[in-house]
Amino acid sequence: MASETVVPINADVDVVVARQRGRELASELGFVPTDSTLIATAISELARNIVCYAKHGEILIKPVQSGDRVGIAVVARDKGPGIANISLAMQDGFTTSGGLGLGLPGVKRLVDEFHLVSNANSGTTVTIKKWKR
Amino acid sequence: MQVPILKQGQYLIASIQGALGDQDLVQLRDALAEKVGRLRARGVIVDVTVLDVMDSFASRTLRDLAHMTRLRGAETVIVGIQPEVAFAMVQLGLTLEGVDTALDLEEGLAFLDKKMKRSRSRG
Repeated sequence: MASETVVPINADVDVVVARQRGRELASELGFVPTDSTLIATAISELARNIVCYAKHGEILIKPVQSGDRVGIAVVARDKGPGIANISLAMQDGFTTSGGLGLGLPGVKRLVDEFHLVSNANSGTTVTIKKWKR
Repeated sequence: MQVPILKQGQYLIASIQGALGDQDLVQLRDALAEKVGRLRARGVIVDVTVLDVMDSFASRTLRDLAHMTRLRGAETVIVGIQPEVAFAMVQLGLTLEGVDTALDLEEGLAFLDKKMKRSRSRG
């Protein structure tokens, strides 16, 4: 089975690297092109959040298995300022960086599982999973 | 990766050749806004056929590009958004509102020709 990769995120070019790695792993695992695109797009948004809000962090991309289901998990981790109000951040249209503010709720729509942990001291970790159809 | 910008008649055609970082996109936006004036272009086509991901930043930058060139007197049309990219964009809520799009370069040129004709006959 394909192995996991960690992409350090420090600048906007790393966003491109991270989403390309995600697409590579997705096609290696046999995801259909549409789903590979959804995964790559989700990674792009998560990696950009790191660049915009935390400056530095990493994206871990790995295959996951549950019973006979195969999927891909992406963990976006940073030690940035954290998200002060998570329920607000999960509302469509909310942003603190002058962006479109569709980031997190949009990402949630792209994937099957979405998990967000954030606090002021330890930064933010977003874990997403998408299962092969 | 820099995006080559070609002039054809009164149009500028920017064909994206590969994955673009944020800075590349911003550079493309600014270059087109400037070239519209310097080369006196009336229309701009941005061909995104090779882009396999259009995230919120790319969408916003293309939308800004279209609005900036319109303020400078040129119409922009985005061509070549792939079906799975379109699907991901809709899921994200990115609809490129207020921006003209066309299937491919050919349709984009036809779209601009029609627009130019209309504005001339009105003129």
